[in-house]
Amino acid sequence: MLSVSNLHATVDGKPILKGLTLDVPAGEVHAIMGPNGAGKSTLSYVLTGRQGYDVTEGGATLDGEDLLALEANERAAKGVFLSFQYPLEIPGVPALTFIRTALNAQKKSRGEPEITAPAFLKLAREKAAALKIDFEMLKRALNVGFSGGEKKRMEIFQMAMLSPRFLILDETDSGLDIDALRIVSEGVNAMRSPDRAMLVITHYQRLLDYIKPDRVHVLAGGRIVASGGPELALELERDGYDRYAKAA
Amino acid sequence: MAAVKQTVEQVQGLEKYKHGFSSDIEQDFAPKGLNADIVRFISAKKNEPQWMLDSRLDAFERWLAMDEPDWAKVNFPRIDYQDSYYYAAPKEKVGIASLDEVDPEILEVYKKLGIPLKEQEVLAGVVGSPRYAVDAVFDSVSVVTTFKKELAQVGVIFCSMSEAIREHPELVKQYLGSVVPVSDNYFACLNAAVFSDGSFVYVPPGVRCPMELSTYFRINAENSGQFERTLIIADKGSYVSYLEGCTAPMRDENQLHAAVVELVTMDDAEIKYSTVQNWYPGDPETGKGGIYNFVTKRADCRGDRSKVSWTQVETGSSITWKYPSCVLRGEGSSGEFYSIAITNGRQQADTGTKMIHLGANTRSRIISKGISAGRSSNTYRGLVSAHPKAKGARNFTQCDSLLIGKHCAAHTVPYIEARNGQAKFEHEATTTRLSEDQLFYAMQRGLSQEEAVQLLVNGFVKDVLQELPMEFAVEAQKLVAISLEGSVG
Repeated sequence: MLSVSNLHATVDGKPILKGLTLDVPAGEVHAIMGPNGAGKSTLSYVLTGRQGYDVTEGGATLDGEDLLALEANERAAKGVFLSFQYPLEIPGVPALTFIRTALNAQKKSRGEPEITAPAFLKLAREKAAALKIDFEMLKRALNVGFSGGEKKRMEIFQMAMLSPRFLILDETDSGLDIDALRIVSEGVNAMRSPDRAMLVITHYQRLLDYIKPDRVHVLAGGRIVASGGPELALELERDGYDRYAKAA
Repeated sequence: MAAVKQTVEQVQGLEKYKHGFSSDIEQDFAPKGLNADIVRFISAKKNEPQWMLDSRLDAFERWLAMDEPDWAKVNFPRIDYQDSYYYAAPKEKVGIASLDEVDPEILEVYKKLGIPLKEQEVLAGVVGSPRYAVDAVFDSVSVVTTFKKELAQVGVIFCSMSEAIREHPELVKQYLGSVVPVSDNYFACLNAAVFSDGSFVYVPPGVRCPMELSTYFRINAENSGQFERTLIIADKGSYVSYLEGCTAPMRDENQLHAAVVELVTMDDAEIKYSTVQNWYPGDPETGKGGIYNFVTKRADCRGDRSKVSWTQVETGSSITWKYPSCVLRGEGSSGEFYSIAITNGRQQADTGTKMIHLGANTRSRIISKGISAGRSSNTYRGLVSAHPKAKGARNFTQCDSLLIGKHCAAHTVPYIEARNGQAKFEHEATTTRLSEDQLFYAMQRGLSQEEAVQLLVNGFVKDVLQELPMEFAVEAQKLVAISLEGSVG
C-alpha cells in the first residue's frame, strides 16, 4: 500500500523530515507517535500534497504509484484521506453540499459516473446514523459553530462518505471526551478492511486502546527511530519520549 | 512542459471573457463629439416631441456648467467627451412590427449571448418553466421587446423608452426625472441630455406582473458610449420583478456607460430589481480597455408600505461606480440592497447604496459581499440616514469583504447619520482572506484548486445569490466562477 523511503522535506526552507522510511501494507493499521515538533503533522501534509511542504529527497508511493507527483486533489481521488487535527470552517457551504461536491469531483477524476442525489442522501443518512450525527446538522455550513468534538465526528463522517483507501488520522483524539472518542473510534474501526490501510498519528496511547494498531512507530527528529508492536505504545506511555528524543 | 502549460493558460485567458466578440452590423452613427446639435440629432432620430428635446437641451446646458466628480476611490485618465459617439444604432427599417424584420445578425448576437428573443422559442420550452419578457437594447436603441401583447392584457406596459415617449407621454412627463433630477450629478445630467434608449415599465394598481421582465444591454459599436434610461413605475398594490443583463465586446478603448434608472413605488407596491453586470472588464494584465460603468440608480418609495429591493451581481467593467439607492418616503416603506461585487485583474469598483429614511417606521437592509482578486480594488461606500420625521427607522447593514491573493485591496466606507433619537442602525463588517488552509482542506477532499475557490466563494456570496430570481441565480453563480478563473496560484 504506502511506501515511504528516505523522505526529506522542508517547511519554509527549514528541514523537518530527515530520511523517513515507512511501509504500511494493505489491511494494516500503523500508529505514529512522537514528541511535539517531531514532524508528525509535516508527514501528513507531505503525503497529502499541501503547498509549502517541499520534498527535497526520497519518495512516497501508493500501490507503486508516485504520490509526490500528484496534486492534492489527485491524491484524494486515488483514495488518500486526511482527518485534520484542526478541521476548517467553510462558511455558507452546507456540509452535504461540500461532501457531495468532493465525492463527485473524485468520481469524475476516476472516470466514474456522478452519484445521484437520492443515492447520496441515502448513504448520508446511513453513515450519519452510525456516527450519531443529527441529519439536520449536515444541512448547516460545514464546521461553522461546531464544537471541537462535532468537527472531529464530521471528519470521520466525510471519511465514511468518501470511502478512501489510505487513511491518515492526525491527532483525531484531541478535544474529544470519552463518549465522543468511542463513537469516533467505532467509526474508524468500521472502515478497517483488507484493502485499506491507516496511519494513526497521536501523542497518547489512549486512542490506541480503541483503535488497535498492528505496528507502532516512534517519530523523532524527522525520522522513524523505533518500531514495534502495540506494546511499544504502552512503553512510551510509561517512560515518555526522552530516550528517543535523545537518540534522534 | 512549461510551454504547453503557458499555451493552455493563454487559451484559457482568451476564453475568460466569453462575451468579448463583436459583430459587423451596419450602423447609423451620430457625428463624433458632443454639442447641442448632437442632442438635437439624437432627439430627431427618435422622432421625439418638442418637450423632450427642450428637456434634453436644458440638461445639456446644465451639464456644461458642472464638473466631473472625483471623490470615488477610482483612478482613470480624464475622459475626453468629444472623442466618443453618442448615438449608434443598427440600420433598420422604420417601425419594426415583428421579430422577423429584425436584422438576423442582431438576432445572432443575442443567440450567442444565450438570450431568447423569439417568444415561440421561450414558449416551446419545458411546460411550467419560468417565462420572462425581454427588451433587447443594442447600442443606442431597443431592437425588440417580447411578450408585449400578453403583458398588455393585464395592463402592464413594457416597451422601450423611445416608444414610451411617443405612446405614453403623460406617464413619461409625470415620472421621468422625478427620482433622479436632471442636475442630480454629472453623469446623470449627461444622460438626461443624450440618453438613447432603455426600458419603460408601468404596472397598474393591484396587478402582479405575470412574468419576469428583463432587459439585455449590449454595447457593440466602437468608440461609442451607452446612455440608457430606465423608468419603472409600480402603481398601488402592484408587483414587478425586473432583471437587467449587460455585456460588451473586448475593445482596447474605454467606453463610457452612464445610465440612469428610476423606480417609483406607490402604496403597498413592490419592485424587485436585479442586475447581472458583465461589461468587458479590460485586459487583466495591462488594464487596457473595458467599460466605465458610471451609473445612477435610485428608487423613490413614495407610497406607504411600499418596497424596493435591489440585487446586483457586478463582475464586469474596468471601473464600476454606482450606488443603487432608496428614498424611503412612504410610512413603513422598506428598501433592500443585496450586492456581490467582484473585481479581478486591474478592475476598480466603488459601489454601495444609500438608504434615505424620510418616513416613520421605514426599514432598510444592506448585505454587501465584495470579492477582490488579482491587482484590483474594491470599495463599499454606503450611506444610511434618518431624517427627523423618520421615527422608528431601522437599518441593518452587513458588509463582508473577501480577499484572494496578496495584491488586491478592499475598503469599506460607511456613512451613518441619524437625525432623530428613535432610529436604530446596526452595522457589521468583516474582511477575510481566502485562506490557504481552507483551499487545502477542500483540495484534500478532492476538489481542484479552481473548484475549491468556486465553492468557497459561492459560500461567501450565498446570502445574496439566493435573492436573485431562480434561473438567473444559476447564471450568476457561473459568472462568479468565470470572473475568478485563474485568480489563485
